[in-house]
This record gives sequence, structure tokens and C-alpha cells, in this order.
Amino acid sequence: MTNLVYLVPLFPLIGFLINGLGWRTIPKSVGGVIGSAAVLASFAVSLGIFFEVKDGVSQVVTLFDFIQSDKLSIPLAFQVDSLSALFLLIITGVGFLIHVYSTSYMHEDEGMVKYFAYLNLFVFSMLLLVLGANYLVMFIGWEGVGLCSYLLIGFWFKNRDYTNAAKKAFVMNRIGDLGFLIGMMLILYHFGTLTYSDFFGQLQGDGPVVSASTYNWIAICLFIGAMGKSAQIPLYTWLPDAMAGPTPVSALIHAATMVTAGIYMIARSSALYNLAPDALTLVGWIGCATALLAATIAIKQYDIKKVLAYSTVSQLGFMFMALGMGAYTTAVFHVMTHAFFKALLFLGSGSVIHAMGGEQDIRKMGNLGPKMRVTQVTFLIGCLAIAGIPGLSGFFSKDEILASAWSHNKAIYWLGVIGAMMTAFYMFRLYTLTFTGKFRGTHEQEHHLHESPAAMTIPLVILAILSIIGGYVGLPPVISEHHTLNEFLTSSVTNLGHHVIDHSTEWMLLGISTAVAVIFSILGYMANRKPAFAVNTGIAKAMEEKWYIDELYDAVIVRPLRSLSLMMDRYAERMGIDAVVNGVGKGVRWGGDRVRLLQSGQVGFYIFILVIGMTVLFAVSFIWNN
Amino acid sequence: MPIQYYLFLSLALFCIGIMGTLMRRNAIIILMCIELMLNAVNLLMVAFSKMYNDASSQIFVFFVMVVAAAEVAVGLAIIVMMYRKVHSVDINILNRLKH
Repeated sequence: MTNLVYLVPLFPLIGFLINGLGWRTIPKSVGGVIGSAAVLASFAVSLGIFFEVKDGVSQVVTLFDFIQSDKLSIPLAFQVDSLSALFLLIITGVGFLIHVYSTSYMHEDEGMVKYFAYLNLFVFSMLLLVLGANYLVMFIGWEGVGLCSYLLIGFWFKNRDYTNAAKKAFVMNRIGDLGFLIGMMLILYHFGTLTYSDFFGQLQGDGPVVSASTYNWIAICLFIGAMGKSAQIPLYTWLPDAMAGPTPVSALIHAATMVTAGIYMIARSSALYNLAPDALTLVGWIGCATALLAATIAIKQYDIKKVLAYSTVSQLGFMFMALGMGAYTTAVFHVMTHAFFKALLFLGSGSVIHAMGGEQDIRKMGNLGPKMRVTQVTFLIGCLAIAGIPGLSGFFSKDEILASAWSHNKAIYWLGVIGAMMTAFYMFRLYTLTFTGKFRGTHEQEHHLHESPAAMTIPLVILAILSIIGGYVGLPPVISEHHTLNEFLTSSVTNLGHHVIDHSTEWMLLGISTAVAVIFSILGYMANRKPAFAVNTGIAKAMEEKWYIDELYDAVIVRPLRSLSLMMDRYAERMGIDAVVNGVGKGVRWGGDRVRLLQSGQVGFYIFILVIGMTVLFAVSFIWNN
Repeated sequence: MPIQYYLFLSLALFCIGIMGTLMRRNAIIILMCIELMLNAVNLLMVAFSKMYNDASSQIFVFFVMVVAAAEVAVGLAIIVMMYRKVHSVDINILNRLKH
């Protein structure tokens, strides 16, 4: 089955081609079936591959030579090992559920088949990204998911704001990609290869002697790519704006898969990052700062999707915190649990938005519970998971991050705890304002409230179950000797070793995590049970306005660039180049106008010139020959 | 007779021919002046042939006469056609080649 790994990206590619070429003629339901079936087929193959990898298979499947010269050899090859097998399952599994959900959610949209084509293209690119056996194939997938993100955010292209958001996402991604490219070039320059097995082998043993700062620079450049793709400071502002796209897109791309590409890349490059401690420190602190900043903004947002978007940025910050401490498998664990509960929360919010007829402002919601039981219960499970209530998946992964922080750097631990407090608070604020209390919307909206159809609720239920049981593959040492996930991933990812925490400290940490989660969840509920939406002032206003970071970027980067561009247009382009080119044309015309006057049509004049010319010729030839 | 007499005569004829082509308005007169120039050259070549006792100039004179005849035929034909159009042979009126 591992030899057939090329089928995994192939099925979505075929789905993209069929839906993409025939979107005007294929009926909507057929398009949805094609799209979903493609991802389901990939999931089946991924499952087979997973079981083989579990038994120890790890293989590189080469398709063909992509770039071949005597100095450089980059084949199109797929690497099947534990890390990529796990990501394959996450992408195709959660992806399939979201495809099924979309068949119902997008049912009234005219471009539904085009939507499925883009979704399949996205899944294809993401699969390329995680399956690549060298940085170049990963980069192809990296760019591809950026493109699909742009296409899908701006899916309702007739709206100017949405297309601007799509542009913003793409441009910010691109800025990160520059860092990624520079990192790749540095690797090529120093090590002569981009293939993982080659490169990591050289790092571990027989490679060229390279200064420590080189490792740091390569790692930092690659991390800049991750900053753009996974929405870390300073390249995170695109993600909340990306909520302009359809909600299943937000669930798939901006929660479960694309934004996790950065974490995948760093986990894959664990051998490199283990040699670059300064880069790891940078990664850890940026992750920490992002986690806190985004959480503060989320507390004061009133759009249901924006809260979830900032929550995603914050949770990604937690993942980078884990990476920064060398706990790569912990970060991957959090990627997995986050994929489950964040996709669940986004799909649940989609269900709510559907029921509210397009309304996204939580100030106009309230008491949706009785009319939407399945959505309410699954959303609650998602909130419990993300807050870190013991027993659910989020608790285990978040606690593991905090535990490695405790043994690494206590400051980061306490900042992480603060982040966890805010997470629990804002999530339960969201839940309370949406599903409990009194309904605050209009009468028509109230009549319109209904539970969503099965195609939407069944994925919610499945994701809820996964959010509950998904954490049991990563039990902390006090509870179980075996950390199933770490043991599974250890063949492809090397964690930086750290001090083992003794059991009593560990119980204390577990206790702190539990207390924080429970207390702040309850606080979130109590503070928003009977809400009074006053106008925010001071710090609260700054939090609501996202700390004015977008305005800052606008003033410091966008406006100067635009005026520079205008200046270049006026001076260099119009007065400079255009003047020269047009001037040549004008000059030729002017000369032609003058020469034209010779053609007077008067025969006498012609004869006169003839005689003069002959005389001159004779004189010249006479002088020449002497 | 000294050769200079023939040279001066030929030169005078040639200059009269040139002045004629430059200054006259009638197209037929211009053609006649061109003939005058050609004949001046003929005279010159025959004179030199006698001076150097070389017959090749006289052969060249035959060529010149033939070409002159052909050219006059064509030229007059064109002038006749134009006269039929414009009813005049004044070259100042024949300026259709103007831009």
C-alpha cells in the first residue's frame, strides 16, 4: 500500500480537474459527491498506509526526476513515515468531514461545483506538502495551499472586502515564502541537497563543517515562512480577515490544515532545529507572544468567526511555544487535537450562522440551545476541549505543552497558564452569549431558527467524539508509561531532551491546569450570562480594535509603499521612460514632416536637385580618386 | 583645328542644355534640352576619338544615340498621355506627385 502513496494526492487532483473543468455543466449534488468521494478515497489509502507505518514501514517513493543537473538532483518523491502518515490521516479525515458538511452548507450557492474544485485542489496541495521527501516538493505544496487559500477566501468574489481579504492573505503568505526560499537556498548552498534524508544525514554525521550561526540563520529563514503560513507575529493579521470566506473553508484551511503547515515543517526539520538553539528561542517567544496577544483580542470580539479566528492564532502560538522548547511531538499532538476541536467549533458556528440566516454578531444571538440541540452539545464539547477540561483531548495536549514549559523555562510556563486562562474565558463567553440566556435577535430570525440537516450535524458529532477521545494517545507520564503518540512519531521526529519531571510536581501541574480551566470557564459563563453590551473604552476598546495593529501596518508599510509607487509612476515611468520612448517616436515624426516638404511635386525642382546631386557626386569622386 | 574649339563648343552646348532643363516650363522644350545635352556629349566623344585615334568612343556614341532615341520615344508618349488629361504641358501644373 505504501507504494501506492501517489494515489493519495492523485484522487483530489482528479476531483479538482473534473469539477474545475465542468463546473458550469456538472449539477451541484454530483459535484459535491465527486469532491467528497475523492477525499474519502484518499482517506482509505491513508488508513492503509498508516497501518503499515505503524508496523515499522518507512519509505521514500520516487516518482520521477524533477530537477536533474550534475550539481543538483531533486526528484519528485514522497516520504512515507510516521509524521507524514499521521498528517495524512488528519488532512484526509477532517477534510472528508468538511467536504460532507459543505455539500449541505453551500447548497444554495451558484458556484458550488467551483467551490469543490478549489477544495480538492487545496487538499491536493496540502497532501503534497506533507508527503514531500524534499523541501522543494514541500514548497510546491506550500505555495499551492497559499493559492487555494486566496481562491477560497475570495470565493464570493463580487464583494470588494472579501477580495481585499484574499489579497491580504496571499501577500502576507508571500512575504513568509521569501524567508522559506532563502532558507532553502542556504541549505542548498551549504549542503548541496534539499532531500530530507540526505540533509538530516549530513547534519548528524558526515556533512560539511558549518558554523553554528549558519544553522540558526537557516532555521530562522524557514521559520519566517512558518510565520506567514501559520499566522504568527508579525504576519498574523490576514487570518481574522480570512473569515470572509465560507465557514467550511475557515474550518479546513484556517483551523485544521493549512495553518499547521508551519508546525509540520519545523517538526520535520527537527534535526536542523536541534542544532539551532537561538532559532528555537525565537520560535518559542514569538509563539508565546502570539498566543497572549491573540487571546486578549479574542476576549472582546463580537463576531463569532472572529473569536474563533483569534483563538486559532492563539492556539497556533501555543504550538510554536512547544516547538520552541524542542518538544516537536507535543506540538504535533496539539495540532491533532486542535484540528478536531477547532474544526468542530468552526463547523458548529457555520451551523449557527445558517440558522440565523447569515447573522454572525453574537450580540444578536442567545438561547439558541433549545432549537439546535446537536449543534449546542457538540459546540459545548468543543469549548470544553479547547479550554482544557480534564478528560477531553485539549487537556492532554495543552498540559503536555505546559509541562515541557515548566521544565524548560518557568516564565514561559506562567505566560502559558495566563494564555490558558484567557482561552477558557473567551471560549465560554462565546458559548454563553450564543447558546444561553435570552434571544436578542429580530423576530424573523427567531422564526427561522432550526437545527441543521444531517449532512451538517453528523460531521459535528464525529468531530465531537474525536475531540473527546483524541487525547488518549498522549497520556502524561503520571498516568501511563506509554505515550503512544510520542512513541509512534519518534522514528521521524527527534525531540530535544529535557528534564524529567518527578511525579508529585507533575500532579501539581495537572492540578493547576485543571483549576485554571474550570475556574475560568465558569468565570466566562458567569460574566456573560446577563450581558450588557456597553460601548468599550480604554483598554477594552484597544482589545476590540485588535490593538490597532492593522492600522499600524497601514501607516508604516502600506502607505509609504503606495506613495513610493506613485512617485515612481510619475517620475521614473511617465517623465522618464515614457518621455524617452514617446520622444523617439515624436522625433521620427518631426523629421518625417520636414523631409516630406521635399516632395513638392514640382518637376522643375526635381530636375534642379538632380543636377546639383550629379555635380556633387562628380566632385566627390574626383577628390576621392586623388 | 585645335581640340579646344570642339571642347568649348561641346561645353557651351552642354551648359545651354542644362540651363534649358532647369529654367523652361514647357515639358517638350525640356526634352529637347536633354537631347541637346546628349548631343553635346556625342560631339565631345567624337572629338576625343579623333584626338587619341581610338575608335571605341565612336562606338559609345552609337549607344548614346540609340538610348536617346528610345528615351525620347517614351518621354513623348508620357507627355502625350498627360496632355490628354490636363490639356497642358506646363510642368508647374504637373504636380500630382505632391504629398
